[in-house]
Amino acid sequence: MAEQIRFIQGNEACAEGAIAAGCRFFAGYPITPSTEIAEYLSDRLPRVGGKFIQMEDEIGSIAAIIGASVGGLKAMTATSGPGFSLMQEGLGYACMAEIPIVVVNVMRGGPSTGLPTKTSQGDVMQARWGTHGDHFLIALAPESVKETFYLTIKAFNLAEKFRVPVVMLMDEAIGHMREKVVLPDYESLKIENREKPIVPPEWYKPYEITTDFISPFAPFGSGYRYNITGLTHDEMGFPTNNEYEITQKMDKLRDKIMRATSQIIDYEEMYVEDANTLVIAFGSVARSAKEAVEYLRARRRKVGLFRPITIWPFPEKRLAELIKRVDQVFVVEMNQGQLIHEVRKVECYHKKIFGINRYDGEMITPNQIISKIREAR
Amino acid sequence: MNSTKSKKNQSTKEPKKIEIRLSGSGGQGLILAGVILAEAAAIYEGKNAVQTQSYGPEARGGSSKSEVIISDGEILYPKTTRLDYLLALNQESCDKYARDLKENGLLLVDSEAVEHLPPVNVVSLPLVRTAREKVGRAMTTNIVSLGALVGLGNIVSREALRKAVLARVPKGTEELNLKALELGFQMAEEVKKTMDIG
Repeated sequence: MAEQIRFIQGNEACAEGAIAAGCRFFAGYPITPSTEIAEYLSDRLPRVGGKFIQMEDEIGSIAAIIGASVGGLKAMTATSGPGFSLMQEGLGYACMAEIPIVVVNVMRGGPSTGLPTKTSQGDVMQARWGTHGDHFLIALAPESVKETFYLTIKAFNLAEKFRVPVVMLMDEAIGHMREKVVLPDYESLKIENREKPIVPPEWYKPYEITTDFISPFAPFGSGYRYNITGLTHDEMGFPTNNEYEITQKMDKLRDKIMRATSQIIDYEEMYVEDANTLVIAFGSVARSAKEAVEYLRARRRKVGLFRPITIWPFPEKRLAELIKRVDQVFVVEMNQGQLIHEVRKVECYHKKIFGINRYDGEMITPNQIISKIREAR
Repeated sequence: MNSTKSKKNQSTKEPKKIEIRLSGSGGQGLILAGVILAEAAAIYEGKNAVQTQSYGPEARGGSSKSEVIISDGEILYPKTTRLDYLLALNQESCDKYARDLKENGLLLVDSEAVEHLPPVNVVSLPLVRTAREKVGRAMTTNIVSLGALVGLGNIVSREALRKAVLARVPKGTEELNLKALELGFQMAEEVKKTMDIG
């Protein structure tokens, strides 16, 4: 397939990115503002030999994609706030059973049914801590339609490589915005696939503790018989109450992600070299922040921008280096202040940290950011 | 006319940026109109364009707006702030958004739906009536309006718009929509002849 120029929504770019990444199974339940992802895939997936199922609800949806993934397919679901709440149980199961899935959450105003057609970034913490128990997963936040396409591919690559759920944390503004995208030749993309066992079935340990903590994954039906459970399990996949094995399992879940952050974490920086003021923004509002930073730079204000693309794990190491060098930090987000607490955790130099927030369903404007930064001094 | 660059452009770096808002009530096809306009610029003229929209939870009715930014450079903040062109298909959206127009911006309204005109550069045309009576389908109001807006202003070329309309409208309605577009162009020509705007 040659390059294609398309003018599409963020949601469509996400769906097309999934196809490009090799996703061949989607189960979901329509919900604004994520519905276009399901709509697009209901048409597109069958054409590439995939399966699309509209489930009875979001609990069924995440259960179905977990099943499809165990069966060996790359699988995805897409939802928004209320549906994401319902998926938390399944998300925890996928973390524990180490099943690669991609869950798209196009954020809208909340809590509860909130603002279906309005934008928000209120699910930053839910993506990280929505399901119970200690757990580690990956969340990515795109700022444009083009980036949505490529990050969806990355989401699948990371899920497959680390056997972990990956959350695509989009927001309504990105999901519904239309922009020009040049879709590449899919053959040219770097696609990761899960590692399969090389040992014969009788030697296979489904949750073997390997050097990188990632166990080879045998799809069900391929001759490897083993147990999958949400109960804390040993290397053979059977429930365990042994303290040593429990600790080993929990450490495995953490270390496979936290010891590989250099392969996972991605961020963008603008004018940080000589900045004395740092603006931190992600997702759609990063665009407003960039415009504000450009404006202030043109007026000789030493402002820089840090945009986490990987939200979880949070890029704390790089941020610590940057915060050390600046006098003040502004965290721009469309909520009452969530990511700002992560920035405060990183910060140990007693710098001034301010939030620039908006949670009325509209995007933060560049002017709002400019005036806050000007007010501060 | 051709108010693409005002003296005080609030963002200094953007080379040439046109901001358009299409407003009215839900179900009038404004989102599709925005998409068509943006595609004309992005795909058929090779520029950058962003289209965004805002609507309520209702399927029909309620207020609806569709916004398009066209630029030669990169578009960061995707929503419009100072409008070069505003289409208002009802009084409510006219009252609400007219103040967002630039000093030399252009307001296009439906002459039957909008009675009270704000003190700006305004063109009032029977958009809905033309769609209903001359095209024969009130549903084509969005395309008639696009024709009029592009005919009056300097947003995209007519040829690019024609191509974009043909690429987006449902199969079997191509001729109907082209007719609607031409009627829009014609109305704009007549206005240009009789009035000295801008």
